Amino acid sequence: MHRTGDLFGQYQTLEQQKDSATLGMWLFLVTEILFFGGMFLTYTINRRAFPTAFGVGGNMLDLTLGTANTLVLIVSSFTMAMSVWTAQTARKKLVPVFLILTLILGCAFLGIKVIEYKQKFDHHLVPSLNFDISYRVNHPAPGDSPEEIAKEKKEIAEGLAADPDLNAHAQLYFSLYFGMTGLHALHMIVGVGLITWLLVKSLKGRFSATYNTPVEIIGLYWHFVDIVWIFLFPLLYLINRHLG
Amino acid sequence: MSGTSSSPGNEYQLPREHYINATYGIRSWLLTTDHKRIALLYLAVVTFFFFLGGIFAAMIRIHLLTPEGALVSPETYNKLFTMHGVAMIFFFLIPSIPAILGNFLIPIMIGAKDVAFPRLNLMSWYIYVIGGCFVLYSFFTGGLDTGWTFYTPLSSIYSNSAVTPAVLGIFINGFSSILTGVNFVVTIHTMRAPGMTWFRLPLFVWSHYATSLIFILGTPVVAITLLLAGVERMFHLGFFNPAMGGDPILFQHLFWFYSHPAVYIMILPAMGVISEIIPTFARRPIFGYSFVAASSIGIAVIGFLVWAHHLFVTGQATYSALAFSFLSYVVAIPSAVKVFNWTATLYKGSISYDTPMLYALGFLGLFTIGGLTGLFLACLGLDINLHDTYFVIAHFHYIMVGGAIMGYLGGLHFWWPKITGRLYPEFLARTAAIILFIGFNLTFFPQFLLGYLGMPRRYHNYPPEFQVLNVLSSAGASILAIGYLLPMVYFVWSMRYGRVAGPNPWPSTGLEWKTASPPPTENFHETPVVDWEPYDFVNRPDLGLAVKPAPHLAPAHGDD
Amino acid sequence: MSEHIVSPKIYAVILLALLVGTLLTVAAALRDFGPWNIVIALAIATFKATLVILFFMHARYVKGRTQLVVISGFFWLAIMLSLTLVDYTTRRPEPSTSQRSVPSAHLFHV
Repeated sequence: MHRTGDLFGQYQTLEQQKDSATLGMWLFLVTEILFFGGMFLTYTINRRAFPTAFGVGGNMLDLTLGTANTLVLIVSSFTMAMSVWTAQTARKKLVPVFLILTLILGCAFLGIKVIEYKQKFDHHLVPSLNFDISYRVNHPAPGDSPEEIAKEKKEIAEGLAADPDLNAHAQLYFSLYFGMTGLHALHMIVGVGLITWLLVKSLKGRFSATYNTPVEIIGLYWHFVDIVWIFLFPLLYLINRHLG
Repeated sequence: MSGTSSSPGNEYQLPREHYINATYGIRSWLLTTDHKRIALLYLAVVTFFFFLGGIFAAMIRIHLLTPEGALVSPETYNKLFTMHGVAMIFFFLIPSIPAILGNFLIPIMIGAKDVAFPRLNLMSWYIYVIGGCFVLYSFFTGGLDTGWTFYTPLSSIYSNSAVTPAVLGIFINGFSSILTGVNFVVTIHTMRAPGMTWFRLPLFVWSHYATSLIFILGTPVVAITLLLAGVERMFHLGFFNPAMGGDPILFQHLFWFYSHPAVYIMILPAMGVISEIIPTFARRPIFGYSFVAASSIGIAVIGFLVWAHHLFVTGQATYSALAFSFLSYVVAIPSAVKVFNWTATLYKGSISYDTPMLYALGFLGLFTIGGLTGLFLACLGLDINLHDTYFVIAHFHYIMVGGAIMGYLGGLHFWWPKITGRLYPEFLARTAAIILFIGFNLTFFPQFLLGYLGMPRRYHNYPPEFQVLNVLSSAGASILAIGYLLPMVYFVWSMRYGRVAGPNPWPSTGLEWKTASPPPTENFHETPVVDWEPYDFVNRPDLGLAVKPAPHLAPAHGDD
Repeated sequence: MSEHIVSPKIYAVILLALLVGTLLTVAAALRDFGPWNIVIALAIATFKATLVILFFMHARYVKGRTQLVVISGFFWLAIMLSLTLVDYTTRRPEPSTSQRSVPSAHLFHV
């Protein structure tokens, strides 16, 4: 079907087109709820079975970086919503501004993720790659504070007392950590790609008060990715933080 | 030819321009966004996978002619039933009616020019083909021996077959379903012609709407499940591995959360076909339209609540099993509503036994048997004995073959004139339908007996006392094969030599019969405005039928 | 075209609420509320997600159909989680108190 102006040939009106695109995106997001949902179920069953290992594993995540990432993503949702507003109110020059801000924040999130993943790799916390939760405490890096190492050592010892198979169960935790944050990061990368495409179009002045559907529906996708992280953060990072 | 509205000697001509000859060349087909051409692209690949699955079935039945197994080694036998299941379920049954008939008909039935997202529609087809290629790669580089259910830890650790490309292929194929589901739901919501209200929609559309709900809500779960199993296999993770703290039962929950609703994906579209065929060949409005429509949604929703009946023998507590057993009985109710309503539609109808009607009548009986035997399995005590026996196999083949495939073939015959502009040869088609019915029952009824007597499924051999029934079943399969091959031959023949059908050969009442056969690319030369009720044979003088009002219905302009 | 334009002021308020919520959930996690920690964390997360859906995603301002779609998505996830847990929570309890390597071993009665 060909396009004449903003209207694609299978539609009768722009309203029908916008209605279809929006409903389509919402339905796609429902599929994403169920897609991530399968991993949330796996997480639930495993955390129920191995609470100690999940607690120990969760405390090995960097709370500062995780919190920073959460804040970054929330602000990026704000800037994305603002870009939709600028398109709706025909502030054509501002649309790319907010899109660029969203892009920067999105890339910041991914950058922080890379740092976190690298940390895990250095600490032998990547499943199937010589996974060993005790590696860090047995081979502390020069920059590690002795109190932190001692705390973690104590935690691991207590964990092993409660669960002799702590290492295997913690590997399950980290499989879920990488699986869920990895899938999330993949969705972020796709989102970054889509927003880049929006940016290019917006720089050409493509979006107006009468035609801004792509901005809105890609915004919906971006907000959804934010929502997934809103749940991932407490479930992965805040399991047993109160242990001192 | 019975049921035509043409006067004797009236020869139709094919329209000068229609969707098939509108543009030429392979690019115009491979890059099409016309839902009708996409439907035919699907027809080609779906038929290929049906053929492939059928070959595996033939090998299974030949192998089971003797108690020790006549044809292949035990390991190869495992591969045969696995590949038969994977090809048939994921690449034949699930796409068949929705991707072919649904794609072709839904926009026309609602008076639209195309689906809401035509390019996404084409992408769905490519995704289907790519997924299929991965699975074919698996089949031809060692095959697959885990059963189509991929239970762990066999699939994730111990199997030496080509599991990873297969799960990848099915994962990819899932997105084809998901996108088709999204496309259909949006199309039905936003693209209906003026006057086409929800309760004027053909029941075929309702059933595809319900199917699409399952596509959207269920498929993503099997996608993540197979992804997890594949990743576990590749990287030796432990989600489903007991030695590493993992849980095979978790895999089963995740897998069946989709795969049970998947069986409703396979049957609901066929039910939609039956709801179109029976009123047409009984010349009667469907009995209880709103109940049939609501029952489609009911099946889709309740179908999501019963999956753990596949896990009855895994050590479930009685309370949990009772809940799922009860819900499994409940889900039979909307299906029963449909069967009652179809039967009531036949009552005092003016029935003609054209080929589509033969398939529909066959569906009524065979689906009923298949559905009722499902209740046997839902009964906890019986399931202990029947689980993983040939009883289960007979049950689901009665529904999937006796139900879904007969619905598919009935639909293909019913809409063939619309799709191609030509009629298939009626006598040969009726003969094939009868051969198929006989072959089907001979193949699968003995399997109920075998299962009840205790023959396990997925076994390459069996005790000698089961041989007679197995031979009967294999004999039936050879007759069934003829029933399938005949349509393949005469459909192809008809595309060139079949009688030109005209716009409404049966005749029937849907919007699709108001446009030319084959339709123009844009479906209608003018957007239709709908002001009639569905299946209203009484108030449609343009059909040329002498139909009296049905006794059980109030007159159209109610006066008592 | 009928669409609701949400003002940046509302967006800013929601942003503030989300940032506060994040800091709140971290603060709560650092205290020991026993079994309530997870409840508090999920409650705050659900609240934040609801704000994003209603305001950033405009769900508050669109027709009921969209709202039905959103609710159905989460409801179906709830079905999957709760019915699976019906099975898990009613299976025979683990024979010993330690968390063994083979959680499903007790299911294979021989």
